[in-house]
Amino acid sequence: MQVEVNGDAMELPAGATIGSLIDQMALAGKRLAVEVNEDIVPRSQHQSFALSDGDRVEVVHAIGGG
Amino acid sequence: MSDTPEILLPEDKPLEIAGRVYQSRLLVGTGKYRDLMEAGHAIESSGAEIVTVAVRRTNLGQNPDEPNLLDVISPESYTILPNTAGCYTAKDAVRTCKLARELLDGHDLVKLEVLGEEKTLYPNMTETLVAAEELIKDGFKVMVYCSDDPLLAKRLEEMGCVAIMPLGAPIGSGLGIQNRYNIRLIVENSSVPVLVDAGVGTASDATIAMELGCDGVLMNTAIAQAKDPIRMANAMRLAIESGREAYLAGRMPKKLYASASSPIDGTFF
Repeated sequence: MQVEVNGDAMELPAGATIGSLIDQMALAGKRLAVEVNEDIVPRSQHQSFALSDGDRVEVVHAIGGG
Repeated sequence: MSDTPEILLPEDKPLEIAGRVYQSRLLVGTGKYRDLMEAGHAIESSGAEIVTVAVRRTNLGQNPDEPNLLDVISPESYTILPNTAGCYTAKDAVRTCKLARELLDGHDLVKLEVLGEEKTLYPNMTETLVAAEELIKDGFKVMVYCSDDPLLAKRLEEMGCVAIMPLGAPIGSGLGIQNRYNIRLIVENSSVPVLVDAGVGTASDATIAMELGCDGVLMNTAIAQAKDPIRMANAMRLAIESGREAYLAGRMPKKLYASASSPIDGTFF
């Protein structure tokens, strides 16, 4: 299936979850927040949240700002 | 050795925002530094306890060992204040705040800023009002960046914003407080903390804000873009303290003409 992650198209195997996506991106253990189709997915649900074809995923973190 | 006893001034009431007490009245941003280490040192030197951050997309697959801002400016040591910088609509600002709350494990203090246009980064107040209402309904504690309009400032307070943060001048301009009269009016009318957010260029600007009675000042560029940010951070800390002391002391009235400081009586010429 194809999803969009931070604006870029990404091909994922069927059954991929947010947890597996985070692992694949080498971001495991980092302080981040995830949104799917503009809804927050709480950290506690990352492992179980199954992604679907066409999902728009945003992975964000804190950076310097005023 | 002098036996002069130490003079004890009556203690100031510390800054309180959303039920939490802070000893420092200087709030600082974390943007525009050369690197994270410089940011960390400058923030330490500023004495700030509340530190703003921005929320952005994580770079995918790029340098996974890159240090994270929150490793240097840790939520255990500082109150992290996520901002909605870069948002031009209420919808984007609300989305950003929800992501920030998730990012910071439910921490719900946010700096709301909804911008109107790129040239001035002046706040879009109609969108700001819409976003503030939605965020407050959702349980956020909203510190709001706003124009220096006393009526809108009051409206934001009545809606339930926990701090009103009018700009002194456009973000990053360093022009200083452009409308002291309005800032003073906002302070006079407000029963929640008023902080000048944006426009400070150097220490005297911060002092002026505090002399006007502001409860604090939030700044980023004035420190980060100084030649020596760590030293400027210290200057700002002192400036905020000086301005606050002068405000509490109450300045002398301004007069049009001179008034001699030495007595005329007893002159021998």
